[in-house]
Amino acid sequence: MQSAVSIKNLKIAYGDQTVIEEMSIDIAPKEFLVLLGPSGCGKSTLLNAIAGLQDITAGEIWISGKNVTWEEPKDRGIGMVFQSYALYPRMSVRKNLSFGLRVAGLPKAEIEARVSRTAALLHLDTLLDRRPAELSGGQRQRVAIGRALVREVDVFLFDEPLSNLDAKLRNELRVEIKKLHQSLGNTMIYVTHDQVEALTLADRIAILRDGVIQQLASPAEIYQRPANLFVAGFIGAPMMNFIEGHIETGDGAPVFESHGLRVDLSGYGFRTPPASGPATLGFRPDHLMLDGAASGMPTLPGRISVVEPMGSEAVLWFDWAGHSLSLRLMGDVTLRPGDGLSPGLDIAKASLFGTDGSRL
Amino acid sequence: MARLHPNGPRPTQITAGRIGLYLFLIVAVLFFTLPLYTMVVTSLKTMDEIRLGQIFSLPSKLDVSAWITAWSGACMGTVCVGIRSGFWNSLAITLPSVALSVFIGAVNGYALSLWRPRGASVLFGLLLAGGLIPYQIFLYPMVRAMATVGLYNSLAGIILVHVIFGLPLVTLLFRNYFVSVPEELCKAARVDGAGFWRIFFEIMLPIAVPMVVVVSMLQFTGIWNDFLLGLVFAGRDNLPMTVQLNNIVNTTMGERTYNVNMAATILTALVPLAIYFLSGRWFVRGIAAGAVKG
Amino acid sequence: MKRKTNLAATVALLPTWLVAVVVFIGTMGWSIHLSFTNSTIFPSSTYVGLAQYQKLFSSAKWLASLQNVVTFGILYVGGCLLLGFLLATALDRKIRFESVFRTIFLYPYAMSFVVTGLIWQWMLNPMLGIQASVRSLGWDSFVLDWVVNRDMAIYALVLAGVWQGAGLVMVIVLSGMRGIEAEQWKAARIDGIPVWRIYLSIILPQLGPALAAAGLLLAMGVIKTYDIVVAMTNGGPGNATEVPAKFIMDNLFGRQNLGLATAGATVLVLGVLMIVAPFRYAMHMRGKKRGAR
Repeated sequence: MQSAVSIKNLKIAYGDQTVIEEMSIDIAPKEFLVLLGPSGCGKSTLLNAIAGLQDITAGEIWISGKNVTWEEPKDRGIGMVFQSYALYPRMSVRKNLSFGLRVAGLPKAEIEARVSRTAALLHLDTLLDRRPAELSGGQRQRVAIGRALVREVDVFLFDEPLSNLDAKLRNELRVEIKKLHQSLGNTMIYVTHDQVEALTLADRIAILRDGVIQQLASPAEIYQRPANLFVAGFIGAPMMNFIEGHIETGDGAPVFESHGLRVDLSGYGFRTPPASGPATLGFRPDHLMLDGAASGMPTLPGRISVVEPMGSEAVLWFDWAGHSLSLRLMGDVTLRPGDGLSPGLDIAKASLFGTDGSRL
Repeated sequence: MARLHPNGPRPTQITAGRIGLYLFLIVAVLFFTLPLYTMVVTSLKTMDEIRLGQIFSLPSKLDVSAWITAWSGACMGTVCVGIRSGFWNSLAITLPSVALSVFIGAVNGYALSLWRPRGASVLFGLLLAGGLIPYQIFLYPMVRAMATVGLYNSLAGIILVHVIFGLPLVTLLFRNYFVSVPEELCKAARVDGAGFWRIFFEIMLPIAVPMVVVVSMLQFTGIWNDFLLGLVFAGRDNLPMTVQLNNIVNTTMGERTYNVNMAATILTALVPLAIYFLSGRWFVRGIAAGAVKG
Repeated sequence: MKRKTNLAATVALLPTWLVAVVVFIGTMGWSIHLSFTNSTIFPSSTYVGLAQYQKLFSSAKWLASLQNVVTFGILYVGGCLLLGFLLATALDRKIRFESVFRTIFLYPYAMSFVVTGLIWQWMLNPMLGIQASVRSLGWDSFVLDWVVNRDMAIYALVLAGVWQGAGLVMVIVLSGMRGIEAEQWKAARIDGIPVWRIYLSIILPQLGPALAAAGLLLAMGVIKTYDIVVAMTNGGPGNATEVPAKFIMDNLFGRQNLGLATAGATVLVLGVLMIVAPFRYAMHMRGKKRGAR
C-alpha cells in the first residue's frame, strides 16, 4: 500500500551542526504517528520539514504519493496545528478558519459550508464572531485544530498542541483529538515531549534523540521492550529501575549476577544469543511482586524508605544494595517507611542492555 | 498607660523622608515648568512691560498682538511675513516623510525579523551603523547628488532625506517588534497559502497597529523638530518652522521683540507638545522602545 | 533549496539596500576621500595627505570646540543620568499624581533643541531675565549671566540640555525599575534594609543596562550637538560654546572649506566609534555568555 507520508534519507543541518541525521520513515494512511523526545532532539524540526517550513539539507519528502520536497507548504496537502495556537489576532474565529480558503480563491459558498461543518464538529458554532483574545485556552486550541481541519487534507501535523494548556484541559483535548482521529481517519503526525500523550494517542511512536530515531514501534512494544537504555529511561514514570551487573553463560542457562543477586535468564527473550560480560538489568516498578518469593522468583530484599500514595495506587521506594528501587502497588497500602520487604522480580518482563546500551 | 492597643489598619505616618520626597518633587516641578511659564507670560506682555525686567510677573493685561505678529508679521531679515509659512512647510515636509518612512521601515522590520533573506544581518548592521554616524559626514556628497538629480532645495528632496535618515530607527523599532511576534503565526499563514505581502498586509500590519502609532508619533516629533536637514536641503521656499524660528529670533535688526520671539517659539513647539500631551503614554512607549537599542 | 517566497523578502529590502550602500557607505567614502584633498569650494582631486588634519588640529577654534564638547558631554550626560535617576526614584515611591509628575518631567523632551535653546537664552538674559528679576527683589549683587559670560556659557548649554534630556533618562530608568520583581522588595523589607540602601545596592546595579543604553543615547546626541548651540549662543561669546558639528557646518557651507570640513567630520565619526565600540563589545560579550548552550 502507498504511504501517506514518506521521508527518505532526510538530513537537516545548520552549517556543520546536524539536527536530523539520515532519517527514513514511512507513515501509513490513517496512521497516528507520535514523534517523542526531549527538547532539542529535532522532533519539531522534522515536523516543520514535513510541512515545508524548514529547508532541508538532503533527502526527499513524499506526501500522498507525490514528491513535495520542493513544494510550498500550501501545496503539500497538509494542515498544521501549532503549540502557541498561532491564531491571527486581529481576525475573528470565522476569518481565522476561512483565511487559507480565501487565499486559495475558493467560492464563497464552499468556504461557508466548510467553515460551518468544521465549527459544528469542534463545537465552535457560537464562537465564530469572537476574536482570539476573547477565547479561553481550550477554545483557542480548538480553533487552531479547526483551521487545519477546514483545509480538508489527508495529513495533519500537530506541533505540541497541548503543552500550553493546564492539566485538566490537556486531558480533555487529548481525548477529543483521539476521537477526531477515529472519526475522520486522517493521517496524523503529532510532536510532543509528554509520554502520556504519546502512549495514549499513538498507533506508533518514534522516539528521537539528537536527530536519530531510537525506536519506532507501537506504544506497547516501546513500553515493554525498549530498544535501548535511553528509551527505557525516557518512557515510564516512575522511571525504570536499573541494576548494573554481568551475565554468566556457563554450562546451564545464562545467569545475571549483581551484589549477590542471581537471576536465571532462561525465561528472558534474548534477541541475540547470550554471551558473558557486563550488562544492565532494567525492570519497571510494576514488574516487582510483593509476594514474588512464593512463586519462586529471584528476590530483592530491602527496607522501605518512602511511600508515595497516589490514590488508586502507591509507589514504594526501598533500598537494595545501595540502589534506590521503586515498586508500584495497586489499592491501599499499609506498609510504612522502615518496614522490610522482599519483592520478587518477573524476569520475563524485564529488559537487559549490553555495554553499548542496546537491548540484548 | 497612653499606649494604644494595636488594632485594625496601621495609622499612616508622615515621615521626614516622605516630606523630603515631596519637597524634591516640588523643586523639580518648578525647574521644569518655570521656563514654559515665562515663555507664555512673556508672549502676552507688551515690550514696555518686558523692559521692566520682571520675567516671572503676570502680564498686567493680556496682549495677544505679539502672537499675531509672530504668526503673520515677524521679520526674517528683510522679509516680514511671520512664521506661518514655516508652519505649512513643516506640515508638508513632515506628513509624507512620516508616512513613507514608517511604511518602508515596517516592511523592513518584517522582512528582517520573520523572513531573514540572505544578507539580512549585514543590512541590519549597516542600518544601525548609519543611524549612529553624525549627519555631517553625509551632507556634502548628498547635496551634490541631490543637485545632480534636481532634488536639491525641493520639497521632494527634503522628504527623501528625512525618509533616508529615518530608516535606521524605524526599521530597528519594527524589527524589534516583529521579533517578538511568534514565528508560528507566519508559519500558519504560509500553510494557509499566504505569501510575503499577503501576510504583511493581512496579518502583521493589523497586529502592529500600536507600533505604527508609536513610531509615527516618534517620527513626527523628530522630523518636525529637525533643524539641520531642513536648513541644508529644504531650500528657501520650503524652510521648516524651526529654521524660520531661529531666523526670526537670532537675526532681528534693531531692538529684539522678546514677546514676538516667545510667541513664535511657543507656536513652533505647539504641535509636538500637543502630540505629547494628547498621547502621553504612547509617546513614553515610543522613547522607551527607541532607547533599548540593538 | 531557496524558495520563491524568500525572493519577495529580498526584493522588498532592495530600496533599503540602496540607501545603505549608496547613502551610508558611498557618501561617507566620498567625504573621507575629500578630507585627504585640498578641496575648497569645489571638490578637488589633488591629494594633500594629512594636511587638512594638520590644519584642523592647529586651528584654535577646532581645539576649543573639542574641549567644549567634552566638557559639555560629561556634564550633560552625567547631569541627565543623575537627575533622571533621582526623578525616577521619586516617582517609584508610590506617590500621588505620579502620571502628572511624569508628564511634567518629560515634556521638554518633546520640544526641539532650537526651542529649548531659545527658551533658556531668554531665561538667562542678563538684562531682562532671571538676573534682573532677582535683583529687583533687593539682591543687587546676584549674577546669572551665563549666556554672555565666556567662562560660564558652556554651563548654560548644560543647564538647557539637562532640562530637556533628564526626562528621557527618567522614563528609561523608571521602566527598568518597574521591571524588577516585586519579590525582591519583599525580601529586602523582611531583611530590614532601609529604602535608600535598597535603591543604591539592589536596584541600581540591576539598572546597569538601562542606564548604559540611556547614556549611550545621550552621548550620541552630544556628538551631534548643533541646533541648541546655534539657537542659544551661536558659538559665542568668542569660542566659548563652539562645538565640532557647528565647526564642520560653518566650514562646509559658510567658509566653503570642504577639505577641512570633511576632515572634521571624519574625526567626528571616529569619535562615535570610540564611544560605541566599547558598548557594543560589552553587549556582544554579554550576548555570548547568555547565548552559550
